[in-house]
Amino acid sequence: MRLHLAVALSLGLLAAPSWADGGANLLISQCASCHALEKPQDASLDRLWKRGGPDLYFAGSKFNKPWLVQWLQNPVRIRSAGELYRKHVKGSGQEDVIDETTLTPHVRLAKAEAEAAADALMALSGPAGLVEKNAFKGEKVSTAMGAMFFGKLRGCGACHMAKPGSGGASGPELYTAGERLQADYLYSYIKNPQKFDPRIWMPTLNLAEPDLQRLTAYILQLSAKEGK
Amino acid sequence: MLTRTITSIPFLAGLVLAVQFAGTGQAIAADEPFAATARNYDTYCTQCHGINRNGRGINSRDMSVQPRDHSDAKGMGGIPDSELFRVIKEGGLAVNKSVLMPAWGNVMNDTEIREMVAYLRHVCKCGTDN
Repeated sequence: MRLHLAVALSLGLLAAPSWADGGANLLISQCASCHALEKPQDASLDRLWKRGGPDLYFAGSKFNKPWLVQWLQNPVRIRSAGELYRKHVKGSGQEDVIDETTLTPHVRLAKAEAEAAADALMALSGPAGLVEKNAFKGEKVSTAMGAMFFGKLRGCGACHMAKPGSGGASGPELYTAGERLQADYLYSYIKNPQKFDPRIWMPTLNLAEPDLQRLTAYILQLSAKEGK
Repeated sequence: MLTRTITSIPFLAGLVLAVQFAGTGQAIAADEPFAATARNYDTYCTQCHGINRNGRGINSRDMSVQPRDHSDAKGMGGIPDSELFRVIKEGGLAVNKSVLMPAWGNVMNDTEIREMVAYLRHVCKCGTDN
């Protein structure tokens, strides 16, 4: 898959090639206009404002495939204020509110297409070392301890929801993170979000190793069912 | 058939994005000559401090400590530039304030943070009392 081809296809200049395999073809025709399938050369903030959705060039190191297959068939919003949130927020008499008129539904795939696309996405592992292999040691953390760390001690709930309807709206919901994300990705992203994009709006928390393990464990343990 | 149909969707999506992107330029234009800093503020700060810089961001509803109202001349006037710089770079805990204000020193460099301090003075229409 080559970037110039993806760009040409995204602009509607070319029909999707008949030689391409199903999954890669789907990524080029359906995903490339909004998501980077190769590491972008442009690391500017302007690119983040212009892109239509999160980068996918490391999707194979980020997502759990079963979740991808399900989500691509039934794509529900993960970031309640969209991405990037600022483009989908408007003022009100009180707190800013989400401007739903600016948010568009994600492409929905049939089962066979979703499986093919998920296969192709899982092949996009990203640059070596971006996600630290075996970084998460698999420890468990008590819900009470984890919740205190997530909320009061580190303030993650300012931007993220640990249970449906409660918490911040600018970041992705985290009560589905355990199903959605690989543990080592979660660890690596929390450790240094700017390693993934130098201008991303998730701050670096400068956590010590035990705290990184603890926070990763807590987020992986969250689930929408238990959070209600 | 599916392929022919979907190849037009990205093009339309691109047009929609272009319109949305253009629409976000209004606030920035009003903040000239702070355009680049206002873009940083829009990206990193508005999620809590609000698109009107009034502390009422999309995340503020459930926050245990409410974000500072940057349009409040009296409140902002009591904070020295050095403290504003440090709280942006190192986070709220560095100045004995809330952990909900994170450290942005890994995203913005010192020059950008200094420009942000100047921009906050522009927003609050206040100098510093200190």
